[in-house]
Amino acid sequence: MSTATATFPQKHYLNDPPGLKSWLFTLDHKRIGLMYFFAIMFFFTIGGILAMLIRLELLTPQGDFFQSGDTYNQMFTLHGAIMIFLFIIPSIPAALGNFVLPLMLGAKDVAFPRLNLASFYIYVVGSIFCIYSIVTGAVDTGWTFYTPYSTSTTTSVVSMTSGVFVLGFSSILTGLNFIVTVHKLRAPGLTWFKLPLFVWGLYATAIIQILATPVLAITLLLLILERTLGIGIFDPALGGDPVLYQHFFWFYSHPAVYIMILPGMGIISETVSVFSHKKIFGYKFIAFSSLGIAFVSFLVWGHHMFTSGQSELAAMIFSFLTFFVGIPSGIKVFNWVTTMYKGNISLEAPMLYTLSFLFLFCIGGFTGIFLGALSVDVHLHDTYFVVAHFHYVMMGGTVMAFLAGVHYWWPKIWGRMYSEFWAAIAAFLIFVGFNMTFFTQFVLGSQGMPRRYYTYLDQYQPLHGFSSIGSWVLGLGFLIMAFYLVGSLFKGKIAGNNPWGALSWEWSTTSPPPHHNFETVPEMTHGFYDYDTVLVNEHGEKVYKEEPVSV
Amino acid sequence: MGNGGSFWLPPASSTVAGEVDSIFYFVYYASVVLFILVIGLTAFFVFRYRRRGGTRQFTSGFSHSNVMEVTWTVIPTILVFVIFFWGFNGFLKMHVAPKDALQIKVTGQKWFWSFDYPSGASSVNEIVAPVNKPVELLMSSKDVIHSFYVPDFRVKMDVLPNRYTKAWFEATETGEYNLFCTEYCGTKHSEMIGKVKILSELDYQKWLEAADFDTTIALHEMGERLYKSKACVTCHSIDGTPMNGPSFKGIWGKTEHFADGSSLTIDENYIRESILNPNAKVVAGFQPIMPTYQGILKDRHIDAIIAYLKTLK
Ligand code: HEC
Ligand SMILES: [Cu+2]
Repeated sequence: MSTATATFPQKHYLNDPPGLKSWLFTLDHKRIGLMYFFAIMFFFTIGGILAMLIRLELLTPQGDFFQSGDTYNQMFTLHGAIMIFLFIIPSIPAALGNFVLPLMLGAKDVAFPRLNLASFYIYVVGSIFCIYSIVTGAVDTGWTFYTPYSTSTTTSVVSMTSGVFVLGFSSILTGLNFIVTVHKLRAPGLTWFKLPLFVWGLYATAIIQILATPVLAITLLLLILERTLGIGIFDPALGGDPVLYQHFFWFYSHPAVYIMILPGMGIISETVSVFSHKKIFGYKFIAFSSLGIAFVSFLVWGHHMFTSGQSELAAMIFSFLTFFVGIPSGIKVFNWVTTMYKGNISLEAPMLYTLSFLFLFCIGGFTGIFLGALSVDVHLHDTYFVVAHFHYVMMGGTVMAFLAGVHYWWPKIWGRMYSEFWAAIAAFLIFVGFNMTFFTQFVLGSQGMPRRYYTYLDQYQPLHGFSSIGSWVLGLGFLIMAFYLVGSLFKGKIAGNNPWGALSWEWSTTSPPPHHNFETVPEMTHGFYDYDTVLVNEHGEKVYKEEPVSV
Repeated sequence: MGNGGSFWLPPASSTVAGEVDSIFYFVYYASVVLFILVIGLTAFFVFRYRRRGGTRQFTSGFSHSNVMEVTWTVIPTILVFVIFFWGFNGFLKMHVAPKDALQIKVTGQKWFWSFDYPSGASSVNEIVAPVNKPVELLMSSKDVIHSFYVPDFRVKMDVLPNRYTKAWFEATETGEYNLFCTEYCGTKHSEMIGKVKILSELDYQKWLEAADFDTTIALHEMGERLYKSKACVTCHSIDGTPMNGPSFKGIWGKTEHFADGSSLTIDENYIRESILNPNAKVVAGFQPIMPTYQGILKDRHIDAIIAYLKTLK
């Protein structure tokens, strides 16, 4: 739907200033975002390949593809650690957020561009530690590094946890940068309740990043000291308490679940409105539910430990609060669906992923209710039901939102369109493959199949087999995506400023945007969701229902 | 109570399983209804309001309704409260074992389970219990964290190295059930699986007796087993080091000196007396702290221990 007359800008952030050095030392949030994007896609690919290998092993009950349980254990540990720490956590905020946030605020850059570059290089250093760990024997503890297993195994736990420790700083600095940016760099007239909801999502995420990540850092530091010096915080042989580790770990890692999902919810709030061409429903409820989730998320860590022997009272409180944190997510879903009511809905790739998100995230959310109910959790904890649940939330939720975002902003980032045809096929394969792979795992889990098993009883074979086949469909979907996205860079149609007819500011500048984002500081002439009074026609011109009243 | 299992859940073969399953299905049906509502509406909207002809249209400005917001906040809140209380209620039942429960000690270690019964019998990777009788598990680990899980009983509890945890079940049907370790514990985590064998009360007693005294192995081997399972090992070494009690190394036929100044050559009768009435003669240099095994060890057990002691040159 881009205009026939669209031209590709001569100078834009990709070629101005030119040269490799200008990229490596860039302070431009768009370039930093893009470098993050390449880095995380690299790790997503590795994590994805590991996942495919794991599913290959699980095709049959006995151990066959991997030589031993040890290799299998290393593979699932690496899959988890890479996907969580090197892919999902930085994916939306650091890659897409970095690119889009200043554009959405009408700003030239983030508040601290140097710090932004520093967080990228800290990320790189952290990932080098992780790669070093992989090369020197890998870890086999699971991505959760539970003690006393992690203090007694012979694998390279220290380099991996050091890596995650370093990555944490990257995350903290990005969060800090974003908070200050939102507070200080909003263009004139852009008040808090006019902000795009993606900005609210990033803001809420940044709060968690800043408050929770230090706890992870301390925990991992203690773990490292425990292994190297034997200080005896967690090791029962030295008078420590291994369950204390679990408390510390989940105090970060539960909020981290929301570090992963909140920015995704922010993207969905954008795409559902843009592609329904309809004012977002319940703006304030969506915005405040993000903050609500951010705060309550600090109080539910114990729901990962219902069978760890914690007291019944603690279990009760954690169960109660867990249900409480589910409500705001529900509110968001209802608001999104209502946004579509009486819309003018178009089904381009970002919308396809948005719909996938709604479908999969709902399943992820509902299965969370099973796990929040104490007595049911006792049965389901540490089975494939949990594996399926968090894949529905993390992959069905965050990754689908990420893909919606990638497809949504792709024309802005590169100035070119991808093939809608292949995008639709890939979205379909990913949706079907995902459900084949993971829906079966709910049944496996509720039938009692424990997670992290290298071999399993024959009775679980049919479901495991089906799940493995699903992973191939899923993999194929991603392969196609890689092809048409790369292809679009060379052959893609020129996008023009605003191919989707969206109203937020990143679409008012050229695609790709110039080095300093805007030729002139954008003006607040209408709300970002005012599809009832403004529309962008096929020629990229704004048409007002009535004459605009300047605000 | 018991059933053959369904698409979603394995057979329910314990007294708590029924309630867990009821909540499971309650949440399940509530979710299915809500899911169909949400996704159904989404699909309907996509179909009904899709863009025709490719040109963007102005749309309604309908973007706010407190009534709707309150409705979809309050109804789910009520629902989850019900689920919360129900789940908590079931959880409490799982955590409080009936007073008359039979106690079995469970030990997890890389990568097997061992079980000790009140009678002194023990078993490895197969826990045996009577049907229709509450069984309480007192659990601990010798190394890392493990977790004791019997899907058909809906029972799961972590097994920790630094303290005891408890779980209990009452099986409603005889038969064999899977036992899994569900806390990741390393190389052979997936092989740390065993069986729960539920027998009728009568069969259970028979099994206990057999486990109590295994006639298929040599007498001195049975003695060695008792030496370990009856905790003699905690006070008596077999390598010469004196612990709370004298070492058993080279005990046979040696001359023993007692606190009252007397002495004798160790023989079958002395051993028997030491086990059943340990304070009759107290070995010089030791405190009279050995418990009597009167009523715990039967004659044939003592015979087996004697046979074992004879082998400790
Ligand atoms: C709580 C520690 C403790 C336990 C448990 C214990 N004993 Fe003893 N036992 C002692 C002590 C102390 C003595 C020495 C004082 C005495 O003679 O009463 C002793 C003495 C003996 C003697 C005499 C040894 C000698 O050299 O004269 C025999 C035989 C013996 N125990 C057998 C057993 C057997 C068999 C068991 C297990 C069924 C057992 N004990 C369990 C503490 C224990
Ligand atoms: Cu284990």
